[in-house]
Amino acid sequence: MRQFISLLFIAAAVSGVSDVIAAASDGIPSSKAAPAIPVNVPDTMAERVKPCTVCHGQADRVGRDAYYPRIAGKPEGYLFNQLRDFRDGRRYYRPMTLLLANVSDEYLREMAAYFSGLRQPYPPSEQVISSSTEIRQAQKLIQQGDATRDIPACVECHGKQLMGTAPFIPGLLGLSRIYIAAQFGAWKNGGVMRGQESNCMSDIARQLTIEETNVVAAWLAAQPVPENAGPADALPPEMAQRCGSIVQRSADR
Amino acid sequence: MKIAVIAAAAAAVAVLAGISLSPGVTGATSPKKEAKAEKSATPLSSVILKQRQARGAYLARAGNCIGCHTLQGGRAYAGGRKLATPFGTFVTSNITPDKATGIGDWNEDDFWKALHEGKSRDGRLLYPAFPYTEYTKITREDSDAIFAHLRALEPVVQQNPPSQVASRYDFQPLLTLWRAAYFKPGVYQADPTKSTEWNRGAYLVQGLGHCSACHAERNPLGGMIGRKGDDKLGGGQIMGSNWYAPSLTSSLEASTAGWSIEEIVQLLTTGISPRATTSGPMAEVVSQSLQHLTKEDARAMAAYLKSLPETQSRQQVNPPAQTEQVQAWLRYGARIYKEHCQDCHGDSGQGAPGIYPPLAGNRSVTLTPPTNVIRSILNGGYPPSTAGNPRPYGMPPFAQVLRDGEIALVLSYIRNAWGNRASLVTTAQVDKSREGITER
Repeated sequence: MRQFISLLFIAAAVSGVSDVIAAASDGIPSSKAAPAIPVNVPDTMAERVKPCTVCHGQADRVGRDAYYPRIAGKPEGYLFNQLRDFRDGRRYYRPMTLLLANVSDEYLREMAAYFSGLRQPYPPSEQVISSSTEIRQAQKLIQQGDATRDIPACVECHGKQLMGTAPFIPGLLGLSRIYIAAQFGAWKNGGVMRGQESNCMSDIARQLTIEETNVVAAWLAAQPVPENAGPADALPPEMAQRCGSIVQRSADR
Repeated sequence: MKIAVIAAAAAAVAVLAGISLSPGVTGATSPKKEAKAEKSATPLSSVILKQRQARGAYLARAGNCIGCHTLQGGRAYAGGRKLATPFGTFVTSNITPDKATGIGDWNEDDFWKALHEGKSRDGRLLYPAFPYTEYTKITREDSDAIFAHLRALEPVVQQNPPSQVASRYDFQPLLTLWRAAYFKPGVYQADPTKSTEWNRGAYLVQGLGHCSACHAERNPLGGMIGRKGDDKLGGGQIMGSNWYAPSLTSSLEASTAGWSIEEIVQLLTTGISPRATTSGPMAEVVSQSLQHLTKEDARAMAAYLKSLPETQSRQQVNPPAQTEQVQAWLRYGARIYKEHCQDCHGDSGQGAPGIYPPLAGNRSVTLTPPTNVIRSILNGGYPPSTAGNPRPYGMPPFAQVLRDGEIALVLSYIRNAWGNRASLVTTAQVDKSREGITER
């Protein structure tokens, strides 16, 4: 009886894809075949990060459960921090935690360096329709910020070219509108970094209205990534102090 | 309560005597010197203390105390990790020497009582989520060394939330009954017919390493069920988790009787061998504990494990009849295999031994229940980074790529290809394992 029920389950699974079955021609290999030569495995980082690249490809991808951003070319320290935070459950996404459990810091750093050095073409910028008022509003926040609410300009930390600042601050171009909007939301709600009290980015995100984060996300997504663009060298001293938690935490380890 | 105090005092006296009589562990100290130190009532000389702490640090590694007593990403030994069981969720304690929130007020006798008798400092019976059923085999000398190590840690102030024991089990007399049935205190007794190495291995596996905490079958009350000759290593579902710890005594599961000692040592200390790769809870044990073992201790464990007599697997091998329908399913599974698995695991499941595990003849692939192999496909993962394998190759997660039905089909194929024979995997089984992703 149990066997019968099992078969029913499989039958149900198969019926949805019966067209593929008809096209399948593979036989079941015989167990009598001569012992096969082991698979030749390249001794490269590209081979070692296959578990990452199944989701993180050349372009952002929307999966069934989540959004998988492209990670090539992001600053090394930033990537290392994310990897370590995922592994230790500080940045919460269960599949990443499970994948990286028991991977050493040294190896995570090597993975971060690999992806950081990876040069892959960026996807074309998004076609976004914004009114001229919206564009002005976005540009003002990005280039000047809003001193009355203690909101620094995005460019102060994320670089004049908005391609980040080495080694810990990520770039803002080449990302999709929904990804940026989602990250803003997560910073506001504390969903990016679990249990972390004060963080400069969450403080800033909480100062912004949803309207503002939406126009900023739309503007950023509409910008093409400049040729040969790269992260800026260093944070301005004032921001390095204000965002000390990021810099300090990273230097500690 | 008074009685307990008297008993503790009596134990303390016995312990002092024990220390003065026991030879120095490292061989560097003579019993005479220690006795002298005791008599003059001064603390152990700092050299001896340092040696004892170092030995304790090593033993704590071998016992993987840090594994349960550390929250993911948290401070070492400060506790707070949640252990989900059918009897409730136990929260591990802070065992750093902080007086308010840790075990700063404990002494060697209190610690011994916990390890050996499963009783807390206040006499309260401990729940066996703390594996005193195995730790009871630890010698007093080793217990004291581990305690010395813990005492030397930096105190961490961390108050952990209380355990949530299901109300029907939250009743100490029940524990008394449970202990009467399933707990027998007693230090490991060497088998004089076996070698020193074998006995050391048995001590590590049965006691400090508490392997049977996972690798034993348990009855619905959580009591370990041993069968003749299996030393309570006959395999079982890990309590409160969606992992199956295979039998270490069945050649159908994870017995190493047919392996060389070197291969066993390699698996235990590097996390990978040409024949097997550790994943899930075992990868964690390798990462946090076994990779730090001395070669001698790893060999001793291997010698003991290899010597375990074969016991019949509890699992029934139940391969499908090769009907036309089954063949059609397996053909579809083969197609999925070719698309997603073959690049690494090879066209005949040969893999790249030591890098990508072979699937042909791989017992963890054909295990009943198929829980572990389903999890491997759903979650992927890297074997642990270890000194012997610092940059492991990994398995991608497929939970977001393949549907439950597809995973069932490809697994059914893998379990029945290249000489493998095992039951088909159902969509429902895969679906059930997806739920398990939310727990540790």
